[in-house]
Amino acid sequence: MLNAQSTKTESWDNLISQKVNSLPPSGIRKFFDLISSVEEVISLGIGEPDFVTPWHIREAATYSLEKGYTMYTSNSGMLELRRELAKYLELHYGLSYHPEHEILITVGVSQGLDLALRAILNAGDEVIIPDPCYVAYSSDIILAGGVPISVPTYKENNFVIKASNIESWITRQTKAILIGYPANPTGAIMPQEELAKIARLAQKYNLLVISDEIYARLVYGVKHTCFASLPGVKEQTILLGGFSKSYAMTGWRIGYVAANLHLIQAMTKIHQYTMLCAPTLAQMAAIEALKNGESEIERMVQEYDRRRRIMGKRLNEIGLSCFEPRGAFYAFPSIEVTGMSSEEFAEKLLLEEKVAVVPGSAFGQCGEGFIRCCYATSLANIEEAMGRMGRFINKYKRV
Amino acid sequence: MEQIFEILEQNAMATPEQISTMIGMPVNEVERIIKQAEKDGAILKYKTTINWAKVGKEEVWALIEVKVTPQRDVGFDTIAEHIYQFPQVYSAYLVSGTYDLAILVKGKNMQEISSFVTEKLAPLEKVQSTVTHFLLKRYKENGETFQLPKEIERLPITP
Repeated sequence: MLNAQSTKTESWDNLISQKVNSLPPSGIRKFFDLISSVEEVISLGIGEPDFVTPWHIREAATYSLEKGYTMYTSNSGMLELRRELAKYLELHYGLSYHPEHEILITVGVSQGLDLALRAILNAGDEVIIPDPCYVAYSSDIILAGGVPISVPTYKENNFVIKASNIESWITRQTKAILIGYPANPTGAIMPQEELAKIARLAQKYNLLVISDEIYARLVYGVKHTCFASLPGVKEQTILLGGFSKSYAMTGWRIGYVAANLHLIQAMTKIHQYTMLCAPTLAQMAAIEALKNGESEIERMVQEYDRRRRIMGKRLNEIGLSCFEPRGAFYAFPSIEVTGMSSEEFAEKLLLEEKVAVVPGSAFGQCGEGFIRCCYATSLANIEEAMGRMGRFINKYKRV
Repeated sequence: MEQIFEILEQNAMATPEQISTMIGMPVNEVERIIKQAEKDGAILKYKTTINWAKVGKEEVWALIEVKVTPQRDVGFDTIAEHIYQFPQVYSAYLVSGTYDLAILVKGKNMQEISSFVTEKLAPLEKVQSTVTHFLLKRYKENGETFQLPKEIERLPITP
């Protein structure tokens, strides 16, 4: 047995898996520690709604506890929930998934993504992802034995991933394309024409497409296109969805995967050995959300939209050029005027003006030169933060 | 257009500039609509919701059920108007059910409210009966809860 006190770091490194050791630490983590040392910070660095879960959903969950719904559910999740989801996908996107064979309830999209990657990847298989993208994509791929291939996206294209760019990165090892739109961190959405081009690419090279649509309901003035609803690609699409963002249910950890029978079977195999089932309480809450949550979504989306417009306008006014984000709840302005790196900018802004933002570099190389500002916070906070940032930019902008 | 009123109902201090950005309408158009609404009486007044208990001012409130005799041609309107003009009456509604008018009355103390009921309200010719419920505690009013919600802490940075 090893004695922890006498063991040197190097021997621990030998005890920890090489794969885990090789993962880069999250760019956000470092910042988290720094922020904890500063008091009275206005945070625009949060990636979740500032609403609590609507009361009727919380109430349904507590009622389910009172009734004693505390047991395991089937591996796939409660059939009633899968039926409600099938109805939901039909209603919103005209998609028809069989509730018994083509839907799996997961512990958030995070688990859904992990299952999807582990179910399809062999060692060395490549998965194409946009850069910048959600922090977990690349690490999840590596943990599943794959190789992430980052395709750059640019502000000039509103951070849309172009099929033409993707094509040049496709090799014989390419297994899948993983996209997440509306996007964290950029707030970008994908125009339907561009998605259709990716769909044709997937057909041409016989690739799977994992589409993370956790922010699907948070779009402003546009209609979300569900990737699986494009002609001819449903069979090769793994649709990931969840309740966290649209119903303000981040802490419940509940999501789902919709895909064809073979993919769902493979994912369920991993799920049954590693998770068994998603928490029953969260599943009960999700049923209520789907049955009666629509007006609450509309209310929250309207509120986000108002804040989005205020933040977008103010960012441009204070000199941080920002394309109009049409989805999720993030703005992704350029900090080029300051000449600072995004990490330096975020750190200085935090220490000098007590405003927290996330450096764009945390989301990939192409995020360098940008910061992520979340507008899921009160209007008063947004106004105050923009005032402080304006002062900061005046001080540091290069002439 | 409705959005302008929704925003103002939530926050009467929202400026036309803010509203204009929030809903994507030119400022002068927002201002014009607000002016017009003030003129038409669509916007009646800009008020502040105050928790008087916090200020330390004592007040007594009562909800009074009033049964009245409707009158030919005017129904309940004339008697309702007669009643709601008393300054003690804070709100007045015609309701369906076992009584006709529901009125909310404000006074400095119980004495003031009971004299209003016994001396002014009950003796009115068209008033058949009254039932007075004194308010014991206020939980929510005009969509606002009286207990400030406890700030639920989110992690300062999340992915």
